Amino acid sequence: MSTQVDPRVYVLETREISKNFGAVKAIDQLTMSILREWLTCIVGPNGSGKSTLINLLSGMLPLDGGIVVIDNVGLRVVKAHDSPDHGITRTFQEVRLFDQISVWDNIMVVLTERRVFPSLLERTKPRHREEAERILKSVGMWEKRDAMAQDLSYGQRKLLEIGRALAMDVQIYLFDEPFAGLFPRMLEQVKSILKDMREQDRSIVFVSHNMDIVRELADHLFVLDSGALLAVGETDEVLSRSSVIDAYLGN
Amino acid sequence: MSIATGALRNLQDVARDPRSWWQRSKGNIELWANLIVIGWALVFMLWRGGGFAITVGSVFAIWAILAVSLNLVVGYTGLLSVGHIGFFGVGAYAMAVLSSNASYEQLRTEAIPTFGWPFFAALPFSVILAGLVALVVGVAFNRFRDDIYVLVSFGFAVIAFTTFLSWRNLTRGAFGIHEIARPAIGPLVFEGELEFLALLLVFLGLVVLIAWLIVTSSFGRVLTAIREDEEGIQVFGYHTTHYKLAIWVISAMMAGLAGALLASWSTFIDPNSFVLLESVLLVSIVILGGLASIWGSLLGALAFVMLEEGMRFVPFLPSEFIGQIRQVILGILLVLLMLFRPQGLVGRFKL
Repeated sequence: MSTQVDPRVYVLETREISKNFGAVKAIDQLTMSILREWLTCIVGPNGSGKSTLINLLSGMLPLDGGIVVIDNVGLRVVKAHDSPDHGITRTFQEVRLFDQISVWDNIMVVLTERRVFPSLLERTKPRHREEAERILKSVGMWEKRDAMAQDLSYGQRKLLEIGRALAMDVQIYLFDEPFAGLFPRMLEQVKSILKDMREQDRSIVFVSHNMDIVRELADHLFVLDSGALLAVGETDEVLSRSSVIDAYLGN
Repeated sequence: MSIATGALRNLQDVARDPRSWWQRSKGNIELWANLIVIGWALVFMLWRGGGFAITVGSVFAIWAILAVSLNLVVGYTGLLSVGHIGFFGVGAYAMAVLSSNASYEQLRTEAIPTFGWPFFAALPFSVILAGLVALVVGVAFNRFRDDIYVLVSFGFAVIAFTTFLSWRNLTRGAFGIHEIARPAIGPLVFEGELEFLALLLVFLGLVVLIAWLIVTSSFGRVLTAIREDEEGIQVFGYHTTHYKLAIWVISAMMAGLAGALLASWSTFIDPNSFVLLESVLLVSIVILGGLASIWGSLLGALAFVMLEEGMRFVPFLPSEFIGQIRQVILGILLVLLMLFRPQGLVGRFKL
């Protein structure tokens, strides 16, 4: 088993993980390995388990079975509040921001102290300010910093959520449909953010329905169907397989 | 601080160009809420004189400490607790039992232990005891949120009240506890009402300062994020249960402080001060003033106290109905406020 596991290559693995919602097998004995510093895309029809998979990997849902391997450590239980320690952060399919606080505080809150008592004594530090400014400028939200998150447009909310993930400075980024519902200009902006991240040797997993973007961005592709892997491999090669075309792309 | 400079800037504006100030400010509800409540209080105090002002000020200080402490939990963290009065009661009874005068003649059937401690020795114990009770309660409450939280905190308020009423070997039940100590620092005894008011205002200032330090710290920012999306903030590495427990205990300690001050101020307490209704009124003050606004809680407490004390002087009202009518008016005010200004007088957030 260990002969196939090369720590320099795989950043995140699952071994036969399962998740059931009642009688529905959302994720069914799924085994997959995500490559370090690659842009990985997960595609699949609605209900194929893409979001469930991301929720399992980030600890937002408990595993029903199987193991998640992060940095060669096998975990039966993934806790949401441990995900930064695992080097993981994420965004949500339905944008989840802290609505009734400012754009600025939405970024600041992920930069500051995590422990309870030190955070009570911590005032905003210059390095937090500089970092928040850098992040907000990089996603083009600097002018909006004093607005409340709930007053932003959909695209701005999406960008802010990506900015919040960037502020985490971890190895693995899970983006659940970062391109959904964006106008072309913002689409380009998110694409360039993802490309920049790959330049900085981050490992990115994203879910998308937009095949043009998948072809353009993704190095590695997983095709999910009914909670199981239908195909896996380099993007161009997978997309040319007839089984994939029949099951997913054909309709 | 910003409030003081803001008020100063407003005054300068009025003096320089009254007409354009009026144009700009007539839609500023926050400004008018401030002016009306504070102006109303000042006019009333000047009219009724010093004794009235001192009483109103003392009652206000105690409610304001309570309101600020509850706002940390309800407004900033988003945990709608209607059980806060329980911690107020724990603080008050701790002070009462520890400091009540041992020589006070007790009914033999209702004899309770007396310690006769001075005020400043009993005060930290009252605060810490409220904190310890909150720690135990908070661990149990941590798994709940939203509407269920209201229910379980309601349960706590009922349990607390029943305990005060029924644990007669400690609280003398409905008879209440008399002769609670007044504070003394060396030869300086806070016997007079004015001295006590000064002491209350010092404690209020301390509570406001601590609350302000908390909400402007990194910790405070995390609380607001918990209010907005608790699961969402967990995934960024926060143990939200620890944060909720910490603010719950801090808030309960402030409420315990308010209770201890009340006990010493009135020198007599009985369980009627800690009924569920008082707790609901307290939540109303916090919402009326403005969630997640310390200034709003001060303003809400002032408006509430003025409503209560001010109505004593309405000539055609029989005095025995004042308490009830106050509640009716407060209820109507709350309904109107939720309809037209859900964020409260000076708040920016909605439940």
